[in-house]
Amino acid sequence: MDRLLKREAGGVHTGQEFLTFTLGDEEYGIDILKVQEIRGYERVTHIVNAPAFIKGVINLRGTIVPIVDLRLKFHLGSAEYTPFTVVIILNLLERVVGVVVDSVSDVIELEAEEIREAPALSADLDTRFIRGLATLNERMVILMDIEGLMSSPDMALSVDAA
Amino acid sequence: MSFDMDMSEFHAVFFEEAAEHLGSLEHLLLELNIEAPDPEALNAIFRAAHSIKGSASTFGFPDMAHVTHDLENLLDRVRKHEMQLTDRVVDVTLAARDILLAQLAAHQGGQPVPESQVEQMISTIREVAADDPAHLSAAAMSVPASPEVPAAAVGQTVMPIPVFGTGPREEAPETIAVPVPVAPAPASPPLPVAGAVNPGAKGANLSESTSIRVSIERVDQLINLVGELVITQSMLAQTAQVELLDNERLYERLQQLERNTRELQESVMSIRMLPVSSVFSRFPRLVRDLAGKLGKQIELRTFGEATELDRGVIEKITDPLTHLIRNSVDHGIELERERLAAGKSAKGTITLSAFHQGGSVVIQIEDDGRGLSRDKLLAKAREKQVHVPENPTDQDVWNLIFAPGFSTAEAVTDISGRGVGMDVVRRNIEHLGGRVELTSHTGKGTIISIRLPLTLAIMDGMSVGIGDQTYIVPLTAIIESLRPLPEDVKSVSGQERLVFVRGEYLPLVALHDVFSLTPKTSRPDEGILIIVDTESGRAALFVDELLGQRQVVIKSLESNYHKVPGISAATIMGDGSVSMILDVSEVVRLGKRRPGLAAAS
Repeated sequence: MDRLLKREAGGVHTGQEFLTFTLGDEEYGIDILKVQEIRGYERVTHIVNAPAFIKGVINLRGTIVPIVDLRLKFHLGSAEYTPFTVVIILNLLERVVGVVVDSVSDVIELEAEEIREAPALSADLDTRFIRGLATLNERMVILMDIEGLMSSPDMALSVDAA
Repeated sequence: MSFDMDMSEFHAVFFEEAAEHLGSLEHLLLELNIEAPDPEALNAIFRAAHSIKGSASTFGFPDMAHVTHDLENLLDRVRKHEMQLTDRVVDVTLAARDILLAQLAAHQGGQPVPESQVEQMISTIREVAADDPAHLSAAAMSVPASPEVPAAAVGQTVMPIPVFGTGPREEAPETIAVPVPVAPAPASPPLPVAGAVNPGAKGANLSESTSIRVSIERVDQLINLVGELVITQSMLAQTAQVELLDNERLYERLQQLERNTRELQESVMSIRMLPVSSVFSRFPRLVRDLAGKLGKQIELRTFGEATELDRGVIEKITDPLTHLIRNSVDHGIELERERLAAGKSAKGTITLSAFHQGGSVVIQIEDDGRGLSRDKLLAKAREKQVHVPENPTDQDVWNLIFAPGFSTAEAVTDISGRGVGMDVVRRNIEHLGGRVELTSHTGKGTIISIRLPLTLAIMDGMSVGIGDQTYIVPLTAIIESLRPLPEDVKSVSGQERLVFVRGEYLPLVALHDVFSLTPKTSRPDEGILIIVDTESGRAALFVDELLGQRQVVIKSLESNYHKVPGISAATIMGDGSVSMILDVSEVVRLGKRRPGLAAAS
């Protein structure tokens, strides 16, 4: 946070902004330009024969939007639904998708040189969809290529995956 | 760069207008009475050509201006009675129109029109215009009867209203003409006749001068928002219900809000409505061309062209209708000598009509041809091993024609019989939430009735409960619902799979099995069976309970997700939650394919 404030005071905005959120003990960041809005978790309608991590669909002002629970997808944290559970509504390639996360933390700005390349990681989160790692107040933030991840076949969201 | 963009915007308008003019040109030409042409119609034809020429040269399409220039001269001479209107003039003008349409398609990214073809066309027009009897016979040989219009352009030929102007490139914004109820501007000069319901009549000019073009996205957005408003209104009404008893004024105002929202919804929906004439208008040319090819004499009569249908329905009904008309022309109407031998008039008649009937629109195709032959159909069914009920009624026999892979054509002709059968026609119509029925009298003719919903946006459905989930079953598919007696449910190989209803064994499809849900009851005699009629036959859907009939707004599930087997779309319920709408035919197919049942059968 301090770094962020310092930079704003300096008036230089050359970096890219990321929305960070937590899944279990891990912290992730996604390109803020892909985020449409953040909502509380509400009752979803089950989609028949869909994978467990696709919770169902909601009515977002007249549009039917599928909701994916990233905690179930990556086996992170416990997939409990409390009044504080948050859904990030993403706008990706003309599709609207909601993802359930444990909590939304911050908006951070990162310069290109602050982003480190990620080493090969566990099998659950394919390294293809990790843009890099950043350190923020001694915490590691995993920067995710959310667009690539959501359109990948194993998310079963697009037609090709069906 | 901005200059380019501006020009392309103008071009889009030109493409639309030119397509409209070409559409009305064809329509007017086909309507013409050769012996006694209506002077007003001749003027309208001339004006259409003149407008195309004018805007083509303005927007920099010299090739089109070139063709229309000579065409205009010809039409001008006819209009001024300097020369006689003949079939030949009509043929040449139609051919020139097709060339123009191909050129138009070429400018929109289609295939270029060969220069030689254009040159030949122009010289033919000149020869006809010169009205030199010596050249006439030679010229007759050189008229390209049906020039090679690129396939992509064909769809456009027939659409006088540019909504369907799905040219080769989709760049021209899709628009619909919205009639605006304002007083007609009296002083404005008569505009060239555009794709109105009845070109040539005074009303046509009037309706064009009072309409505006609006992109279809905007209209859909409006419809969406109004749909939201209706849901919000019903949520409000539900919440306020408790208060209503002691607050009369609140009650009254909520009632008024409800009325207003309903009316608003209806008028917004009506913006998307188009007269069926926009699809009917393609058929006179189709019938004329096909009849000519087959050497038959056929008259096409159309009724109820002003009947309105949702734009989406109209778009999707075009192909099935074309198929049915082709069928009537090719197989229905007999050759002249056959007709005379059967004591009929030499000229066959196909009647295409549209009318309202109980909340839906019916489109009927009637021909006075040979009708279906019961014996031939039954023989064919045996040959194709299509299931025929015992002691089939005539209706059962006629319905065989809709069975998959069933076609009665003895030879595959290049007109119908392209591998697309009546089963596809039926499926397409059922996907629209419509039904198709066929009645036939051997030797007298065939009537095909297509019943269509007024709109694709709203549907009547029955909401049913399975476990804690609610699903919507389209009402058009439902025949009846009942609770069976335990002894009527028969099991085969330990699997409950048949139910005895009104003297018939129907396959029992348990929705909780198909959708892997936990039901409240797994005993059919404690739940409800919904008897449905689908393209794959009748079946009984087993659900926990019926929750009530309601009108639902259809929402696409595929815009943000993908197609789910057994589900056709989603809808938003009164409380704002989402429910899935069943694709009944698919559910029945899925149910039949379940391993346990497949093994049993």
